[in-house]
Amino acid sequence: MPEKPLAPESSPPGRSAVRTLLRLWPYVRPVRVRLFTAAAVAVVASCLSLVIPLVLKWMVDGPVADRDPGGVWLGALYLLLLGVAEALLFGLRRWLVARPLASVEARMRGELFGRLQRLPIAFHDRWASGQLLSRGTTDLMLVRMFLAFPLTFLVVNGVTILVGYVLLLAQDPALGLVLLTPVVPLVVVCSLFESRYALVARRAQDQVGDLTTVVEESVLGIRIVKGFGRHRSQAEAFRALTALLRGTELTKARLLAAIWALITLLPELAIGAALVLGTVRVADGELSAGTLVAFLSTALALRWPVESIGFLIAMSQEAATATERYFEVMDAEEETDHGGPGAGGVPVRGGAADGVRFEGVSFRHPDAPPDAPPVLDGVDLHIRPGETLALVGGTGSGKTTLTALVPRLHEVTAGRILLDGEDIALMGRERLRSLVAVAFEEPTLFSASVGENVLMGADAGAGEPELRRALAVAQADGFVDRLPEGARTQVGEQGLSLSGGQRQRLALARAVVGRPRFLILDDPLSALDVHTEARVEAALREVLRETTALVVAHRPSTVMLADRVALLSGGRIAAVGTHQELLRSSAEYAWLMSGDGKAGADGRRDGER
Amino acid sequence: MTDTTLAQAAEEERPDGSGPAGAPGPGDPFDRDDLPAPRGATGALLRSLLAAHRARVAGAVLVLLLKEGAVQAGPLLVAYAIDRGVPALRAGDHGPVVAVAAGYLLCAGLGGLLQYVFVRGAARINQDVLLDLRGRIFRHAQVLSVDFHERYTSGRLISRSTTDVESLRELLSEGLQELIGVVLSFVSISLMLLWLDPAIGAVAVGSFVPLLLLVRLYRRRAGRVYGEKSTAMAGVIVKFAETMNGIRPVRAFRRERANDTEFAVLNRRHERSNGDALLEMARYVVGSRLVANTAVAGMCLWGAYRVAGGTLALGVLAAAVLYMRRLYDPIDRLGMFLNSYESAAASLAKIAGLLAQEPGVPEAVAPRGLPARRSGAPGREVVFEGVRFAYRTGGEVLPRFDLTIPAGQTVAVVGATGAGKSTLVKLLARFYDPTQGRVLLDGVDLRELATPELRRGVVMVTQEAFLFSGTVAENIAIGRPDATREEIEAAARAIGAHEFITGLPDGYDTDVRKRGGRISAGQRQLVSFARALLADPAVLILDEATSSLDVPGERAVQRAMDTVLAGRTAVVVAHRLSTVEVADRVLVMEAGRIVEDGAPARLVAGDGRYAGLHRAWRESLVG
Repeated sequence: MPEKPLAPESSPPGRSAVRTLLRLWPYVRPVRVRLFTAAAVAVVASCLSLVIPLVLKWMVDGPVADRDPGGVWLGALYLLLLGVAEALLFGLRRWLVARPLASVEARMRGELFGRLQRLPIAFHDRWASGQLLSRGTTDLMLVRMFLAFPLTFLVVNGVTILVGYVLLLAQDPALGLVLLTPVVPLVVVCSLFESRYALVARRAQDQVGDLTTVVEESVLGIRIVKGFGRHRSQAEAFRALTALLRGTELTKARLLAAIWALITLLPELAIGAALVLGTVRVADGELSAGTLVAFLSTALALRWPVESIGFLIAMSQEAATATERYFEVMDAEEETDHGGPGAGGVPVRGGAADGVRFEGVSFRHPDAPPDAPPVLDGVDLHIRPGETLALVGGTGSGKTTLTALVPRLHEVTAGRILLDGEDIALMGRERLRSLVAVAFEEPTLFSASVGENVLMGADAGAGEPELRRALAVAQADGFVDRLPEGARTQVGEQGLSLSGGQRQRLALARAVVGRPRFLILDDPLSALDVHTEARVEAALREVLRETTALVVAHRPSTVMLADRVALLSGGRIAAVGTHQELLRSSAEYAWLMSGDGKAGADGRRDGER
Repeated sequence: MTDTTLAQAAEEERPDGSGPAGAPGPGDPFDRDDLPAPRGATGALLRSLLAAHRARVAGAVLVLLLKEGAVQAGPLLVAYAIDRGVPALRAGDHGPVVAVAAGYLLCAGLGGLLQYVFVRGAARINQDVLLDLRGRIFRHAQVLSVDFHERYTSGRLISRSTTDVESLRELLSEGLQELIGVVLSFVSISLMLLWLDPAIGAVAVGSFVPLLLLVRLYRRRAGRVYGEKSTAMAGVIVKFAETMNGIRPVRAFRRERANDTEFAVLNRRHERSNGDALLEMARYVVGSRLVANTAVAGMCLWGAYRVAGGTLALGVLAAAVLYMRRLYDPIDRLGMFLNSYESAAASLAKIAGLLAQEPGVPEAVAPRGLPARRSGAPGREVVFEGVRFAYRTGGEVLPRFDLTIPAGQTVAVVGATGAGKSTLVKLLARFYDPTQGRVLLDGVDLRELATPELRRGVVMVTQEAFLFSGTVAENIAIGRPDATREEIEAAARAIGAHEFITGLPDGYDTDVRKRGGRISAGQRQLVSFARALLADPAVLILDEATSSLDVPGERAVQRAMDTVLAGRTAVVVAHRLSTVEVADRVLVMEAGRIVEDGAPARLVAGDGRYAGLHRAWRESLVG
């Protein structure tokens, strides 16, 4: 389905690849000694390769011409020693960088992961996870490959070419100058190529990210795909996307082919010219045959370093765009602990039990269009200490959004929320979230054992007794004990998959296991059958007695858990009271609870706004 | 009545359709990320991928051959220039030098041109193969059962279709050229050396023996390391994807630090295998360079000795020496090729393992069509004929039973979690096939229906209301891709979703991913209902599809079933008995058996299980 790029923002092209790549320095710094040593070793090894032709020249002009067998042996010995040295240096270079490069890649990935975990939820709402994932995988591989090859070899080959030219000029200045002629056109062509290649490389990487998203969704939505028999159209959408990527890759290949052809052609023409010129001069006796052989041998040895420049630049470009994509995420603002919007208040009665207070709380999504009405528009609500308050409202009235504000998954746009008199905007998130426990509408289990999943909601000290109690409250002890390995059974993405009702009960157990001061339950019983629901309610009442709770409710049965009910409508709290009071006084409430009555139509529209 | 059957509950979600289900253990191929593929499947996969491009591969080889020829002519021209050109010039004959100049110009021009042609041609082959492979992975994964995906996870599938495909890309884009180049230059230079001087040539050919041994050793060791690396990468991706998809609970339960630690372990494992792979390469490079450089020294000694002895021309030695240096130039490239080959082989083995998974519900070989509807009504008759369903491992979920649902009837299925309700409807939707017996739609076995025909017949709306990237309208259109905007809006209206959709920033064109967090669970369920309405099936299955709806939402769904879906056959699995009340017939299931069957009013009046459920539900509706 998605045929357009899903990356929400991509910076405009035109930035310098070098400057982007320099941002890698903090990650490269810890391994800089090994990396630089390796580069130096590579330079030496490459220079050795250049020395070998000189030894050959010495052999041809000296011992061979003089018919001196001893000299020949000596020459061969030198060759052998140089060869051994070259081999060891090549190996040394790779050995030096192998572990450090893997560690740079791993560290960048680890930091990306850590960063992503701490970016605001709003960021995750905007970014498809496939785009994030491709940054953590293929992009980082490109970066590692850049550090392994292009970085070193741009230096090494650059130096090799320079030294080679010095040798060439030293051997014969005139012939050397002939070989220098292609340099200027090559530099011009390369820089032209670089800027065009960067654009295409970026497009290809973004398309890989989109592809990742589609694959991920095809699995997450597999039941829908199967239920509607849509795997053909899914496959077609995927095919369209891969075809797009193929087109981009072919454009890349065309550019690469052109630059490579030129880089092959121009130096070869120069060498040909040098050969003809050299032959003429040997014939004229101005040059020895040995010198010409050595000269051409050196020139030919330079062919690979020169030819490689094309794809080295290409790889560097890809690494630069990969780095850019990486830092797009790393540069995003992390959640900060103080001074969020709405901060500025001082604790009213810090510490004293005061329950939860919403004071003029408004919320609009940070990226919502400016003319869109806010989701919440001046919510005033007080949940008394120890009280359980049910939150009722039409579909999409902002109930879930309101609950997300309490643990600061989203930040209020205006107003403030007080827990026991303390403004949550001034509390550390860590502490805030240790006070507030949430059971989400969609119960997510992680790849861990049942016990670990539940105990996530408690402090480190919690163990078996807390686990049993929480499972009992959620009426989950029965089925958990019947799992193959009881509470040690692995669940979540990489384990046994549980039914919706079972997941929901475990999520509920997770929320209550830590005996939180404040509890938020978002429609916690929706997937349970009637009998189980009744038993969970009975057990939950005990828990709710000792905590201050906000329960999002869709049904009378859930509302019955609460002491009072608040009706959320049009972004505000329209009414607060007991279930019976609201049934009598609010037509919208009566409609939401029973589905009867015409009066609801207006209320509903209010709710949708 | 619930707990006795709950033991099955955990397993119910994944009765075995596709093979390797069962409790995960340390030896589980899923956990080791090592699905078995038949012997030789990896090679067969690579061959079948390249088969379609045989002509183009041959063309590319030819181009490369010509290019190598053009490039390798260089030293020959040098020899010619020195041995013939110089004496000829001295004799006043410019012919040979002019010939050398022309020859060099020609070779350089050809070299550049052929290089261009090759790179573009190779990229075409490469990209077409990747397109093919990605498509195969994706299509195959779509055919595999829901259970398979629950075990395999999206992370692994992502890993297969991105990083693993990427390693094949490296092999094909650089590897193909490297390999052809390497083989060509080994062969051509060896021949050239043999022609220039058989003795020196023989030494050169002899040096290949230790090189080949080195290659074998490297391949054995690197193969292991790369397999481990690919597995480690998949582990990293799974954890990454899981965390990002569950970011809200991660935040709310302060899992960040624990996740950092767990991720570090996986990341470290990948780092280690990554480093191991690089070190294997380092060992190979040292070994092969040593062999090569020793051979060069030996050949020079031998040649120089013979020039000194007068049995070899100086020009020949000069040319031979130049060729010798070139002979071993591709050694590093061979290393790079082996590197990408091993990496790609490890990835391909994993892909082959995935592709070797048999779909749990195979497509019909000779599909049949559904008969014309018997009456004018849109519904169709459903018959479970002697159906029994058990895990492949033996646990029985549904003992043998018969059930007939007449066309147009609405049947509610109730019972505790784990009673077998979901399995029953999944058999009807053909998410699984029965172990014994047949499920018939208007007399036709579901297994004989082509997928499009089956989905026109039966559509299932599940509890998980997943939205795909794209607009709201596109998400509804999954129900029927060729639907017009009017039809889409009509479906949304009928289900009561139109108001909230028009309230979104861009209405039906709102991108759900950009504002994905803003569409509530209830709204998502409404969208998936609109999908089902649009699909307009003969049989509609609702598997706890109203759990997140509020009471008015539920009423809207019921109204839609009374009006828009009137006359369809419907099977409704629900906890909420309000949904059940509208049914013509109720089935109560327990431990895989249908224990009560009748009209709701009749069952309520009795004293069976349904009557009990109904009383409990009534009590929950205080107010």
